Amino acid sequence: MIDSVSLLAVMPELVLTVGGLILLMVAAYAGDRAIRAVNLLSVATLAGAGAALACSLAHGPDAFDGLYRADAFSVFAKALIYAAAGASILLAPRFFSTDGAERAEYPILILFATIGMGMMVSAGDMLTLYVGLEMNSLAAYVLASFMRQDERSSEAGLKYFVLGSLASGILLYGISLLYGFTGSTGFDGIAIAIGDGLSNGELFGLVFILSGLAFKVSAVPFHMWTPDVYEGAPTPVTAFFASAPKVAAIGLLVRVAIEALGPAGLAWQQIMIFVALASILFGGVAAIGQTNIKRLMAYSSINNVGFALIGLACGTPAGVAATMSYMAIYVLMTIGAFACILQMRDADGKPVETIASLAGLSQSRKGLAAAFAIFMFSMAGIPPLFGFWAKFLVFEAAVGANLTALAAFGIAASVIGAFYYLKIIKTIYFDEPTAAYEARGGMIENGILTACAVVIVIGYLLNPVLDRASAAAAASLF
Amino acid sequence: MGGLPLLSLMMAVPMAGAIACLFSNASAARWIALAATLIDLALGIVLWAGFDQSPDALQWQFQEYAPIFGRFAWALGIDGIALMLIVLTVFLMPICIGASWNAINKRVGEYMAAFLFMEVLMIGVFTAQDLYLFYIMFEAGLIPMYLIIGIWGGADRIYASYKFFLYTLLGSVLMLIAMMWMVHEAGTTQIPVLMAYDFDPKVQTLLFLAFFASFAVKMPMWPVHTWLPDAHVQAPTAGSVILAGVLLKMGGYGFIRFSLPMFPDASAQLAWLIWGLSMVAVVYTSLVALVQSDMKKLIAYSSVAHMAIVTVGLFAFNQAGIEGAMMVMLGHGLVSGALFLCVGVIYDRLHTREISRYGGLSINMPRYAVLFLLFTMASVGLPGTSNFVGEFLALMGIYQASSWVALVCTTGIILGAAYMLYLYRRICYGEQVNADAAAMPDLSVRELWLLAPIAAAVLWMGVYPESFLAPMRADIRALEARLAPTVPAGDSHITMGAPRPAGEATHEMEAHGGAH
Repeated sequence: MIDSVSLLAVMPELVLTVGGLILLMVAAYAGDRAIRAVNLLSVATLAGAGAALACSLAHGPDAFDGLYRADAFSVFAKALIYAAAGASILLAPRFFSTDGAERAEYPILILFATIGMGMMVSAGDMLTLYVGLEMNSLAAYVLASFMRQDERSSEAGLKYFVLGSLASGILLYGISLLYGFTGSTGFDGIAIAIGDGLSNGELFGLVFILSGLAFKVSAVPFHMWTPDVYEGAPTPVTAFFASAPKVAAIGLLVRVAIEALGPAGLAWQQIMIFVALASILFGGVAAIGQTNIKRLMAYSSINNVGFALIGLACGTPAGVAATMSYMAIYVLMTIGAFACILQMRDADGKPVETIASLAGLSQSRKGLAAAFAIFMFSMAGIPPLFGFWAKFLVFEAAVGANLTALAAFGIAASVIGAFYYLKIIKTIYFDEPTAAYEARGGMIENGILTACAVVIVIGYLLNPVLDRASAAAAASLF
Repeated sequence: MGGLPLLSLMMAVPMAGAIACLFSNASAARWIALAATLIDLALGIVLWAGFDQSPDALQWQFQEYAPIFGRFAWALGIDGIALMLIVLTVFLMPICIGASWNAINKRVGEYMAAFLFMEVLMIGVFTAQDLYLFYIMFEAGLIPMYLIIGIWGGADRIYASYKFFLYTLLGSVLMLIAMMWMVHEAGTTQIPVLMAYDFDPKVQTLLFLAFFASFAVKMPMWPVHTWLPDAHVQAPTAGSVILAGVLLKMGGYGFIRFSLPMFPDASAQLAWLIWGLSMVAVVYTSLVALVQSDMKKLIAYSSVAHMAIVTVGLFAFNQAGIEGAMMVMLGHGLVSGALFLCVGVIYDRLHTREISRYGGLSINMPRYAVLFLLFTMASVGLPGTSNFVGEFLALMGIYQASSWVALVCTTGIILGAAYMLYLYRRICYGEQVNADAAAMPDLSVRELWLLAPIAAAVLWMGVYPESFLAPMRADIRALEARLAPTVPAGDSHITMGAPRPAGEATHEMEAHGGAH
């Protein structure tokens, strides 16, 4: 039975669904003439959904008999997802218009993906989880191959689809195993069933589920799709992939690990530690040789996921709070960095992607170069930039959970990552200029970029707020 | 101490200057930078004058506290040790700006901004009273220095900037984990509290090693010193001055502020490690300096040798040793800075650092030769100059702890005299074999203004070191008391002679005098 209270809990998703459907109709009838309006209205819809978050919190966390959760955790994650999705919509028009590939479907697809992501972080049941995940993925496959004329884009979409389906299959198999051995698909039910000891079947189910989710967060060893998809997808889509779905997938992973598999903490902790360290190392080492900035960002995202997972590996409220704070800061840096990358256009306005083309940027575009440097230093985790704080939090959580060795290895490996970020700064600041970029960027791009850069620089003043929000989010899971 | 947050102000002035420089043209940026650093120098003098040196003064003065960052606070405060290093910093900064006045002519605004930002961070390191705030300031220094070396450096600047950055970063990250562990254990981030906290001696060893990794690289100690010659050689003159003058002192400051008081047991246990590395450093790097053909490299290696004297002084665990170490740090900050400036002066004229390209400069550059001689002698440790006081005290201190270490480290003074005098001979004396070097004009007024204040300070420190020792004495005494329970027994067995009656002593002196 659907009660009105439950409807209140899914208010953000309702807003997005209704808004998305209406805009789809508008786009279908008005065609590409309405692109601007659809873009703006999509962002407005996201803002509306963001406002609706407040009312979703207004009552108890469970809705639809435990299928769905609207708690501080989901609100924290959704706020990030909506912001990232909104930025991805705002950043897109300039890119697509130069290629003549601008279509009104782009923001709508992002809206639908966002609904799926909202369901992912709010799932209280394996079935809600799967529906949310697939809803996000289907929209994402289309987005990856959005530039139909472009071979790389189509290839990216196909690869993403094939490998994503495989991962979904693995995940589904894990869910079925777990259902078979525990007799429940609800997180609470599973937690109770495995509370009395982990049987072999349950262990297999757990491993399969975590493997499927590791694919979605692109953690080593399930990362192989990431560089190709990131490189091939249109740049605004890459920005989207690197930000919002990452938050959703990490949020989902955290919720499943803590709420459903919490009693088996010791079993998955080893897996998380391995996955985290492997991602940090591989993401760092493999990025060094890259010449394409989007591919580099793909490895960088693998690297970052590794750090975020260190927080989860702690399995403590502080660890989860650190992971969520990490994602917040990561989204900020990623959106900022992509706002820079989107401005890499040659004199004719055609996008360029090679790192070598950045040479001497500091002499032709001072502001852009400075912003780029801020994001790169921040991603490398150098204080006083905010990216350092993200790493600080996860390592502090690890030390607090008596995982000092993990923290020590992780932080030592972060120096490898610093190397390739430095390489970009070196190219921008130390190398002699090559062909200059287009003289100036778009207003929206510059606005988003400036906002992100300012927050990255003065971010420490936001610490109290971030601490409180992430602590509340984490507390709602335990 | 009044309502004026002097320490924050000292950091705000260069910060504002840095931002202004970013948006200014070349000549405006130069003047803004000079004004900002001079204001900071004035504030530094006010700070020194306002520092209470009376025996019953508080250890921490000018304290500020604002918990605005959540898990850590904007907590500042200084003791005498920090005061002296801040004074050194603000004294050297206007000189650095002056040294870059004509030498830097591309991207001047960014250059000056980087230097001013560097000044903010250096003052921040010496004033931070919060563990994490210290770390942030300590690490953030990598960014401007990386840019300074990489953008305005010499031919091989990119390699040097990477090496500098990654070496120092790798050294520091483990320290952060150790800090987190300490905060987790002690439940506070305040440095003064942590300095009195007794950590479990078993864990202290690990914590000490984590901090050691960072400070040893920064110091730098043998064998992790190899980034320094590269960084020095490639950095622009002012970059070398600030690197040698202040950045290296952060390592020594770290030892004196963290390693010694926070981990006294581990410090005593691992003293052999420090002594061993320092002995190797003194002899080895001095010998390496002896065969250098590049002036900057030679001075860089001499820095490593001098810093080894600092570490043995610190790990002598007694008042004389630690005071000596501080004096060597201050003296070396002035002298090596001045020597890099001297190199910069002739480099600006001939654009080469090859020693063999010069010769007989005392003929055409007499004023330069005099000042260079003074700094050479100071570097050797001639009595009457700053380094003598420090080296003498440090070696006297280590003699009480271990006479063998003292013996080996004292050879550093002899070797130091060898390589410095050899350098001086090749540059200033002898035949004028190179016509272009012989045609170089003497010091300009600007250059004289850069070197003269340092010369005055070097002599002041050599003749009346009390001005510099007095503010630190109480703090070093407190540190010695903190270390006293764990201090390893010395092997020199110094016994005080029984004081003789005053009359007898005078009588003997008269007799002695009469014998001549």
